[in-house]
Amino acid sequence: MSKEENTANRPDNTAFTQQRLPAWQPMLSAGIVIPGFVIIGVAFIGIGVALFVTSQNIQVLEKDYTGIETNSSCFKCINPRVKNCNCTINFSLDKLFEGPVFVYYGLSNYFQNYRKYGASKDAAQLTGDLAYFTEPSTSCAPYRKDAKGKPIVPCGSIANSIFNDTFKLFQIVNSRNVAVPLDGKGIAWWTDYNIKYRNPTTNPLKNAFNDTVKPIFWPRPAYELDPTNPSNNGFINQDFLVWMRRSALPNFRKLYRRITEGEYAKGLPAGDYALVIGYNYPVKAFDGRKKVVFSNVSWMGGKNQFLGIAYLVIGSLCVVMSIVMLIVYAKFKFPDEE
Amino acid sequence: MERLHWLGQRCQQMVDQGGARGWYSAPDGPLGAGGCPATCRLSGKRRTVIARRGPYQAEYRAISREYQGNAIRTTKYSLLTFIPINLFQQFRRVANLYFLFLVLLNWVPAVEAFQKEITMVPLLVVLIAIAFKDALEDYRRYLFDKTVNHSLVRVYCSKQKAYIDQHWQDVRVGDFIRLSCNEIIPADVLLLYSSDPRGICYIETANLDGETNLKQRRVVSDLPLQGSELTPESFYCRIECENPNNDLGRFRGYMEHSSKVRVGLHNDNLLLRSCTVRNTQTVVGLVVYAGHETKAMKNNSGPRYKQSRLEKRLNRDVLWCVILLFSMCLTAAIGHGLWLQRWTDPIYSIAEQVSPTLAGFYVFWTMIIVLQVLIPISLYVSIEIVKLGQIYFIQNDLALYSEQLDSGIQCRALNITEDLGQIQYLFSDKTGTLTENKMVFQCCTIHGVQYPHTQNARRLALYEEDVLGVPGRSLTLRSGCSVRSLSCRSMSCGHSSTSLHSLTREEEEEPQGGAPCSRMAKEVIPDPELLKKMSCLQATSLCGAEASCLQATSLCGAEASCLQATSLCGAEASCLQATSLCGAEASCLQATSLCGAEASLELNSILDFFLALAVCNSVVVSSSGRPCHTHADLPHNLTSRLLAQGEAGSRGVSGALGAAGVQGEVGSSTTATLSQAGASWESTQLGPGTDLVRSNVALENPRDPTADVLTDMGNREEGVGAVGAPNVGTEPLRVSSLEDPAFCHSGPTAANEQLIYEAESPDELALVHAARAYNCTLRGRSGDGLAVELPGAASRLHVSLLHVLPFDCTRRRMSVVVRHPLTGRLVLYTKGADSVIMELSEHPDVPAGEGYVKIREQTQNHLDVYARDGLRTLCIAQRVLEEDDYRAWQKGQLLAETSIENREELLLESAQRLETNLTLLGATGIVDRLQEEVPETIEALQRAGIKVWVLTGDKQETAVNIACACKLLGPDDQILNANCGSKDACDALLQDLLSEVRGTGEGPGRPTLGEDKALPAAAVGGFVLVIDGRTLEWALQDELKGGFLELSQQCKAVLCCRSTPLQKSQVVQLVRSQLSVMTLAIGDGANDVSMIQVADVGIGISGQEGMQAVMSSDFAISRFKHLRKLLLVHGHWCYSRLANMILYFFYKNVMYVNLLFWYQFISGFSGSVMTNSWILILFNLLFTSVPPLVYGVLDRHTPADTLMERPELYSSRPSSKVYGSSTFWLTIMDAFYQSLVCFFIPYMAYAGSDVGVLAFGSPVNASALLIILLHQIIESHTLMWMHIAVLVGSGVLYFVFTLLFSVWCVTCSPPTNPLGVETLTISQPLFYLVCALTTVTALLPRVLIRALLRSRSSSLVGRNPTGPRKLRVSAENPGLEPDDHLVGS
Repeated sequence: MSKEENTANRPDNTAFTQQRLPAWQPMLSAGIVIPGFVIIGVAFIGIGVALFVTSQNIQVLEKDYTGIETNSSCFKCINPRVKNCNCTINFSLDKLFEGPVFVYYGLSNYFQNYRKYGASKDAAQLTGDLAYFTEPSTSCAPYRKDAKGKPIVPCGSIANSIFNDTFKLFQIVNSRNVAVPLDGKGIAWWTDYNIKYRNPTTNPLKNAFNDTVKPIFWPRPAYELDPTNPSNNGFINQDFLVWMRRSALPNFRKLYRRITEGEYAKGLPAGDYALVIGYNYPVKAFDGRKKVVFSNVSWMGGKNQFLGIAYLVIGSLCVVMSIVMLIVYAKFKFPDEE
Repeated sequence: MERLHWLGQRCQQMVDQGGARGWYSAPDGPLGAGGCPATCRLSGKRRTVIARRGPYQAEYRAISREYQGNAIRTTKYSLLTFIPINLFQQFRRVANLYFLFLVLLNWVPAVEAFQKEITMVPLLVVLIAIAFKDALEDYRRYLFDKTVNHSLVRVYCSKQKAYIDQHWQDVRVGDFIRLSCNEIIPADVLLLYSSDPRGICYIETANLDGETNLKQRRVVSDLPLQGSELTPESFYCRIECENPNNDLGRFRGYMEHSSKVRVGLHNDNLLLRSCTVRNTQTVVGLVVYAGHETKAMKNNSGPRYKQSRLEKRLNRDVLWCVILLFSMCLTAAIGHGLWLQRWTDPIYSIAEQVSPTLAGFYVFWTMIIVLQVLIPISLYVSIEIVKLGQIYFIQNDLALYSEQLDSGIQCRALNITEDLGQIQYLFSDKTGTLTENKMVFQCCTIHGVQYPHTQNARRLALYEEDVLGVPGRSLTLRSGCSVRSLSCRSMSCGHSSTSLHSLTREEEEEPQGGAPCSRMAKEVIPDPELLKKMSCLQATSLCGAEASCLQATSLCGAEASCLQATSLCGAEASCLQATSLCGAEASCLQATSLCGAEASLELNSILDFFLALAVCNSVVVSSSGRPCHTHADLPHNLTSRLLAQGEAGSRGVSGALGAAGVQGEVGSSTTATLSQAGASWESTQLGPGTDLVRSNVALENPRDPTADVLTDMGNREEGVGAVGAPNVGTEPLRVSSLEDPAFCHSGPTAANEQLIYEAESPDELALVHAARAYNCTLRGRSGDGLAVELPGAASRLHVSLLHVLPFDCTRRRMSVVVRHPLTGRLVLYTKGADSVIMELSEHPDVPAGEGYVKIREQTQNHLDVYARDGLRTLCIAQRVLEEDDYRAWQKGQLLAETSIENREELLLESAQRLETNLTLLGATGIVDRLQEEVPETIEALQRAGIKVWVLTGDKQETAVNIACACKLLGPDDQILNANCGSKDACDALLQDLLSEVRGTGEGPGRPTLGEDKALPAAAVGGFVLVIDGRTLEWALQDELKGGFLELSQQCKAVLCCRSTPLQKSQVVQLVRSQLSVMTLAIGDGANDVSMIQVADVGIGISGQEGMQAVMSSDFAISRFKHLRKLLLVHGHWCYSRLANMILYFFYKNVMYVNLLFWYQFISGFSGSVMTNSWILILFNLLFTSVPPLVYGVLDRHTPADTLMERPELYSSRPSSKVYGSSTFWLTIMDAFYQSLVCFFIPYMAYAGSDVGVLAFGSPVNASALLIILLHQIIESHTLMWMHIAVLVGSGVLYFVFTLLFSVWCVTCSPPTNPLGVETLTISQPLFYLVCALTTVTALLPRVLIRALLRSRSSSLVGRNPTGPRKLRVSAENPGLEPDDHLVGS
């Protein structure tokens, strides 16, 4: 009788079936954890310091121009009935605002992340598909068609609510306003500008918009968004693209322009400045605030004290914990090892 | 996969049962003799079968229309019905309905959260995966069905008037089929003809229930047994039987001949589908049930489904999750309503606003879709997968594999693996569970005289020592055998010339493990005292004075040697004859003094006793190597090699005399003489220089004068060799080299004759072998009787067996009615439990007087002694019946047998009528040794905090003895006996015991309660409660059970003796429900089935007593010792794995879902998400689903050898279970913390910036993934390459997927189009800074706590497990401990 027959039901004797595979036991004993904590703590403290210093070096200048306060120069514009209202905000810099300087507009209490708002657009239409010009997606409702039944292009709530305040910056040199050139090129994402949003191939662009109406809120149709630069019109208008990328948080800023040209490429020199605002955008209905932000950026983005401090705190916490562990370890562990 | 298959079958079975269960009408029913088939069909309670090819063709067609054909179809689907039926089946699960609900909800425009197709993904994935599995399973079933349906069988064809081959599927009810040996039976067939002259056929039911012993089936009585084969053409009988049912052990009905005579049909007449015909050349039968109506198919039950305790907890916590989900959604709904109210028509609002209340309502449902993963539906699927993996490992464990039996563990219930890790109470059967259930006859008492069989007992002890000393089993067997063969030499001298070969053949057979009884059971060393008496008996009963002369001769030393010498000198035949016939007259006197003085009553009792042992049983006698059972002379295989030497002489004699030379009286007297001679030498166990013998049995009694004779005989061997036939000359050689089986095998005579006893109960085997040791040999069975050899009787005697009243649990006895072969009277022999027989034999109708009373008393005393020694006792009694009485009883019995309704009750009554006024003959003591490693296992289990209860039907003394042997009862333990006769007494007793326990138990010695688990239980003496069945009966009643439980809780162990199967289950039920503890019941026999079914975990031991326990169990193991690793290691692992996995799932879902929830606070509770919806859905389905599965299968909480060595770890922390309320809520809190960190650190880091929705979600998601994966590592106990691969794989998969998705997806998933997001964010350093800070901060508390806890717990466990010690890797048996101490009973 052969051996195999005797043991037909015998399980295989392999390391796997017998659960004998070599295994590392990640026992989180103090012996591993304490050095680990120390290393992490030290590293975090290092990063924290770097972040903090970097953040400190970033200059930020914020100017609220909502005009809620009566002494504000924009107070006159807060009434929605006032059309084409301009107001000027003066400020002075006592030292060089290092360049490149980014100009943002900031909105608060503005819920671009509201679900229905976010869904209210037609991605296919925005790729320049003419079929969706005449029949926009139902997701655009209620900004899909106007009262007469004409399709709105670009449809949807996001496009409709585009931020339309304008800013002009002047340096006051010898009480003469010198315009600071604001560069609006390349402020949108590369993928948005080149892939995601396309204008119809129709030439001229205006013809593609036949039988459509502009969004209700818009003063001009999409193909006339930028009268100065014909290639910056339609769906690939930089301001439009920036607006269409919805902000995650209710208090946000969006890039408006960059100051990269001429003598201001190095930054805004110390001196007096006047910001002339074309005040169009209504925020009073939702207790919103509007502001203009001048900022330069670092490798880690805009100014943010939080990260640096958090890294420092957590790093120190790790170090403290490793000390605590050491005490505990000494208390419970060492006697056992004998 | 398997599981689904089983599930399907189970469903089908339930459907079948629902449809086909029917009840029986009154015995005569509406159907008169030969009544119309229409009525019987209408009644629907029974079926009529007539031959299909027979004379009543029209009627056949009418009645058989509703009977199923033999084709089977176990598939659930066909090609057409697959999709609808499968979908229907799947949507019966709650989880799938939940998904479906979400899908539908997402189609409501007002609440739509994602793209419509996205919410379908989880549902589709689950549906398709399961449908695929189902289809594959079904296809496999289809292939199997096809093979089965196309097997061939010979069916009678009326056209060709012959049996022709047909497919199984074409067989119909009413067909005649002919089967040959070793063919599988295609349908349930009524046996009408067997080639066996007695009308018997043997079947092996291994396919049905795993039992390999042969079962006897007989041709329907009244049919001609022999002669020509049944002619189907002329079969006019009509068969009425019950409708198809699943009771394998029952078949009732009758066959009505054309002459309106009815014959009862029994289970004995039915050949069951899928059994195998054995030992019978040809059988012919009529199909009565076919296809799905066969009993085999009706019994095709799948695995069992129990809900584990963990799953119950889990369901409760899932409910908590539902509550959590609702509260979160409600928060969002209210928040959204308030948010909307705050402003009037902001520019970002959607103009067609509804009222804030309605918007809130919509948001509620939107949130349900968004937060759907909070309900861990995937958990259920994952648990199933993990359990399959766990079972794979349990089944593949070598430590749970028994080499001897070639069987490992069977997991029959698939979903309670983790319950093995939480057992608090263990209820064990004794026989077959703790013990081997290999019954060996040890001693007996007859007629009030005890025969202690000291040598027999010594032999058993010796055997055990051998086992300890010798590594291999076969060697042990051989040595055991050698002892036996020496000792048995006295019996069988005259019988056989081939006995040696059969002996050696057995040697060969044994290691195969196929023989149902062990060699141990076969060998019995007779008691010298008893042998003497037996010999007297045979001398007196056989040939009167002449024989006793012979005997005297043999006893008288010198003369005996003369005889021996004569018999050895084969040539002088006449010398032998002369000597044996005449002998020395003088010694007649001695014989008389020895035998004659004894009361003939006692001798008769002894004879009856052994006759009863030989006939009162259901043992099947068969001979190997023969397909058919015959009456051919079977040589006695019980012989000794010593005798073989002497035998050589007698053989030489017979050779010289010729075949006819020794016969008749002469022959028989020779037989008697020789055996007698042997008997007188019996006490001189010293062999004639055979070292083997000496080495094994170094026994006393050298002073016996016959020793000289033996030596003398040994010296003469050479002479024998010279004088005798050539083959005789080899005999001595063979004897001395018996250890070499190969050599033995080369014996000249064909070794094709061997008696094999097969019995359902091992006790019976032991008794038959014991009888055989005293020369009362059961030779074979015929239809109407038994062939028995009796001491002194010349040849085989035919004992006509008139009736068998089989054993049952109610009567606890078995009886046969036979015609006594010598006296010719009708005798009822009864064998049964001592209490029953003692009661029934109180007042025998035979006037025996005072002597009898005394005998009874003495027997009772002996029984008590036996029980104290841990022996199983059986009493033997007889009753001499008057012919008239018997005939009267027979009528009643016949009535009972043929009645269809209430048959069981009637039979019981009838049996009780006969089994009264018994005369006690004696009692036997059977030893049942402990299984190996039982004490160690029990000790380990007790150290693990498991309370072990032993529930046995045995006597109290036996139970206590066994409990001592298996260390359940330590030397310091105090036994609390609870025996009382009434309820009040029981109440008082319980109170007394309780106060006693409390009084002494307040001190340090209370090792049983949970808080003292760390105390080694053995160190301090505890209390052991011993309660008997009657007291238990009271204690289980409502009023007393509280006290009983309280008492039992104070005790270290509880022994319940004399308990019925029902009581066993009641006890388990009581403990389980009242103490709400996890119970485990383990047993091996049918009497444990109810207990096994009641307990949380039922374990069956696949052993000697059939498969009933196994069939009803959740796990089936082969040895008790396997329980240790099963519970301590696998149970522990499975529990911790599953508990950890479940907690992890909850954690994972809560953690991830909360991220979305927090976002609602800054998005106006509008239900918007910051992640692409595909990633959101796939996060749980794809990116984080595999690691917990791998951990659930492979994680090892503590190394196996540590768990084995330190059983305390099993339940070291009862308060802090891995998965309990506290851990659940802690995990949820941790998940909340982590999600807060994971959300608000990025929130703060990006606050006020120009970050877009998805760009914000990207670091949140990525750090959530990191946290979840790293959390897994913190929570795991082992890390293998597989874990690392899976973890890294999950992470890589996520990033690859999101990156590719953000490159490729231009307009897909509209509200959250990920184009360019990921590529941009991961190019920014801020992303990594945020992720690092988030991950570290989120995991910090858990790492800290774990580090602190584990450094403490590992110091508790000791350095052993945590130290650098390597896992033991042994090539052969890695899990097994090297020490194999066997402690005998």
